Amino acid sequence: MQALEEFRAEARAWLEENCPPAMRTPLPDEERVWGGRKATFKNPDSKLWLERVAARGWTVPTWPVEYGGAGLDADQAQVLREEMARLKCRQPLASFGIWMLGPVLLKYGSEAQKREHLPKIARGEIRWCQGYSEPGAGSDLASLKTRCEDQGDHYLINGQKIWTSYANYADWIFCLVRTDTSTKHNGISFILFDMASAGVETRPITLISGASVFCETFFTDVRVPKDNLVGGLNQGWTIAKELLQHERGMIAEIGRTIGGTVPPVDVVAQHYLAEEDGRIAEPALRDAVARHVMKDRAFGLTIRRAAQESETGTASGGLSSMFKYYGTEQNKAKFELIMKCAGHNALGWAGEGFSDQEIEICRTWLRSKGNSIEGGTSEVQLNVIAKRVLGLPD
Amino acid sequence: MNLVLNEEETILKRGAHEYFGERLPVAALRRLRDEHDADGFERAAWAEMADMGWAGVLLPEAYGGAGFGYRGLGQILEEAGRTLAASPLVATVLSAAPLVLAAGSEAQREAILPAVAAGECLLALAIDEGARHAPDRIATTVTAVDGGLRIDGTKRFVLDGHVADHFVVVARSHGAVDATDGITLLLVPAASAGVRVTRTAMVDSRNAARVEFAGVNVGADAVLGTIGEGYPALERALDGARAGLAAEMLGSGLEAFERTVAYLKLREQFGQKIGAFQALKHRAALMYCEIELTRSAVLAALDALDADSAEAPALASLAKAQACEMLELVSNEAVQMHGGIGMTDAEEIGFFLKRARVAQQTFGDAAYHRDRYARLAGF
Repeated sequence: MQALEEFRAEARAWLEENCPPAMRTPLPDEERVWGGRKATFKNPDSKLWLERVAARGWTVPTWPVEYGGAGLDADQAQVLREEMARLKCRQPLASFGIWMLGPVLLKYGSEAQKREHLPKIARGEIRWCQGYSEPGAGSDLASLKTRCEDQGDHYLINGQKIWTSYANYADWIFCLVRTDTSTKHNGISFILFDMASAGVETRPITLISGASVFCETFFTDVRVPKDNLVGGLNQGWTIAKELLQHERGMIAEIGRTIGGTVPPVDVVAQHYLAEEDGRIAEPALRDAVARHVMKDRAFGLTIRRAAQESETGTASGGLSSMFKYYGTEQNKAKFELIMKCAGHNALGWAGEGFSDQEIEICRTWLRSKGNSIEGGTSEVQLNVIAKRVLGLPD
Repeated sequence: MNLVLNEEETILKRGAHEYFGERLPVAALRRLRDEHDADGFERAAWAEMADMGWAGVLLPEAYGGAGFGYRGLGQILEEAGRTLAASPLVATVLSAAPLVLAAGSEAQREAILPAVAAGECLLALAIDEGARHAPDRIATTVTAVDGGLRIDGTKRFVLDGHVADHFVVVARSHGAVDATDGITLLLVPAASAGVRVTRTAMVDSRNAARVEFAGVNVGADAVLGTIGEGYPALERALDGARAGLAAEMLGSGLEAFERTVAYLKLREQFGQKIGAFQALKHRAALMYCEIELTRSAVLAALDALDADSAEAPALASLAKAQACEMLELVSNEAVQMHGGIGMTDAEEIGFFLKRARVAQQTFGDAAYHRDRYARLAGF
């Protein structure tokens, strides 16, 4: 306990000393740092901040020191998060490498792979994207067809991925490929390769909400060194599933913060519908708003309870499986309700006649429809609860 | 805010689970119903519960209580909810005794609370007058007369009304019918002249009564607290009752849900377990989510009440509203998923549906608490 408090004092002092004042302000989306070979730093202080944090191993505090981390235990990492939150420090690096690839590489990667990739992830030098979904393999991901053929001294990859977030900015991809066509789940491998390889092409996708971070990604005779396969030939599905757990947690979290500048439902409802005393004038909408904010509160309490259960070792398991489903459905419901409260004001697409926030409401409402599709549809999530938590038969 | 049970609470809950499961299973409620039991609960069982300290679980040790707080009582109620156990826990322990403790004089507390903790005195809160819970709409009057006070009015849905030894009566000393100012709490012996109690047979086979107060004369010392200023204490006690009843409803919902999931794994149609059908799987998963949200809201409300937090009113409304929605969903789905057998009186699942609707109306339904939550939040 005393050691932990010593660490807290040390962390606090270091953050006070090293976090530039500009990095203690709310993070606008355009200033978010994703790193990589083509990294841009709209705010020069964010480069300095990343370098300092990375040098200390704190972009990935729980990773071992030899892979760019600081070797902190879970309690110390929690203290660090608390101290960063206390100072309102920005997250120095946004990274699929940290959130998704890193944890599985630590577990399944060879020593050479870990030494090659993890430090670069930790320092934000290489930006990663995720090659999972294909046009014919969405919820049924294991039906993926992108071929990976053994050419003796290298692999040859041909096929197409879709919904590859930021593929057009990424340096490397972690990719699911088919290495055996005679079987389904047991014919998938997990492979890493450079997006600068010959034969890789990306095309951004326009969504119902407008421009997006998603891409279609095409592979035509891409040559990949054989050492880039992670965890053994045809062993990819285990890694893929584990990585999805990290992704779903990330999306549920993002689901709660998406549309960051759109205020909560009750605030928007009051803005458009309140009488002088603040009461929402439309009884049906007032009831719907109350119901929504109450569900939000109960959901927030459930996330908190899950954290407390896990800290105290009293978790019965399964609780977190509802977070992706419930968080994304709540977020969709939030925007539907905001649209109702704002009426015509939320129906603007662009330009004059609407506030920036009203345009954002409309765009985010449309974008929120994808929350319950990406990273495991709501229907798949309900199947997961039914099977793993409730034990219902297949 | 602590949302996990401590060791003491876990032991209490486990003990309650075993007790209700063995001593007061759903079959016990069926027996009370079918035999038209005069009390509507088992006095012998109540004596056992009092021996275990449950009658005084909320009360301080000075009055013979156990001082476990709302968190502790909530664990007992959740387990009572699993078997739909009929007992004075809700009327006496959860609803009325806290008002005597909060608003009563030392003499009133001494006269009532040790007997409550010993399981020897039953109380009933006489509050609602209309079809729906409305603690701020009180037409029952209390007026000054020579040598004391006179109470006139009719109360409905008085839980345990026909077995109570004393009523805690919510009456009005002055003000309009919907004013909180003027609300007065009185401790009235059930044997007082002018008190007429009519037991009502409710769909859930649990106790409720219509209680008329026709020129009931009581001394000035019957007032709990100050005349006309009873509302704040009433609200706080009601919040406790809402959170506690939500805990009971959580237990009922969990039990109905677990029985339903077990049935989905047992029943076969079209050559397979019906639990393999996705149409049923998804609905089961949705119920699971609502039950988990209810558990979080209930724990938060119980915890806030014990901590005397400013958030307690909003969290009590959250817990009750969420419990109401959850239990309506689960009780309906439970009958549907049991199919034809679920419609029979021989199968116990119907008891959960019947209890659900009464519990939903008691101390305010989901719509009531959404409105209250919005008011507390300023919209």
